[in-house]
Amino acid sequence: MSDAISALPGAAFEGAVRVEESGLQGMITLRGDFGTAKLKKAVKDTVGVAIPATREIAQKDGRGAAWMSPDELLLLLPYADVTDALGKIDKALSGTHHLAVNVSDARAMFRLHGATVREVMAKLVPVDMAPGAFAPGQIRRTRMAQIPAAFWMTDEDTVHVVCFRSVAQYAFDLLKDAARSEGRMGLFD
Amino acid sequence: MLILTCPCCGVTGEETEFHQGGEAHLKRFGPGSSDNEFHDYLFAKENPKGVHLERWRHVYGCGKWFIAARNTVTLEVYGTYSAQTTEPPKDIRDRISAKVPGWSWREFA
Ligand SMILES: [Zn+2]
Repeated sequence: MSDAISALPGAAFEGAVRVEESGLQGMITLRGDFGTAKLKKAVKDTVGVAIPATREIAQKDGRGAAWMSPDELLLLLPYADVTDALGKIDKALSGTHHLAVNVSDARAMFRLHGATVREVMAKLVPVDMAPGAFAPGQIRRTRMAQIPAAFWMTDEDTVHVVCFRSVAQYAFDLLKDAARSEGRMGLFD
Repeated sequence: MLILTCPCCGVTGEETEFHQGGEAHLKRFGPGSSDNEFHDYLFAKENPKGVHLERWRHVYGCGKWFIAARNTVTLEVYGTYSAQTTEPPKDIRDRISAKVPGWSWREFA
């Protein structure tokens, strides 16, 4: 079997904040009826958290579930565990209308870390990034310059961005540009 | 610039996060309909100067369709509501009536 590689292995930039490609990340798109006990159990068994509330993300021990739409979740788990997890999900949900698909290699993921991550994101997305308006634990799918992207914060200094792999370089260039030290604006200082 | 609230995910976002999908509450005329009915279904759209009901899709967000009631002149948005409805809900109609007395849009008023 060939070696799996992420979109931009090792890509990193040090500016006002650090921007780095996150490497291989297991991701499963799971669609179905959130109200069914079978689906709730499958999510819990796969990533160890309950189905998150609207526009929230739940994470625990390197796994997690993100609310993508009223009938879609993005499950996060170690890259090597995806195939096994998919088999179990399909078994658990057999006979129920659902869709579970491995999107790990169809996405790129970035991590931004630094005290001014809110300002960096505010330059790129039409989202109110003020403290209190957007908080760790929430996820937002939106437009990042010219591409669709989703992002969430794991703490006040860290943002994770997911986009399509085909636009990984564009996304990285955008984030780098927004993170340049010369570009500090002091928006939320 | 329109600010729309997606009733499916609750996000209030600006126009570029959404995509307009044409007139709402269309009655479909397909196989079995007359040529005139089919023609009107395809091409004869409302194009009002004022109150308009439109389909929108939260294309960069949750991906769902919904309906927006807005004014094409003032760009005021009266509200958004589920696409799984055949007519504008009463609270939306009341809000429009308060701003535009005597308005009508196809069979709705
Ligand atoms: Zn939405």
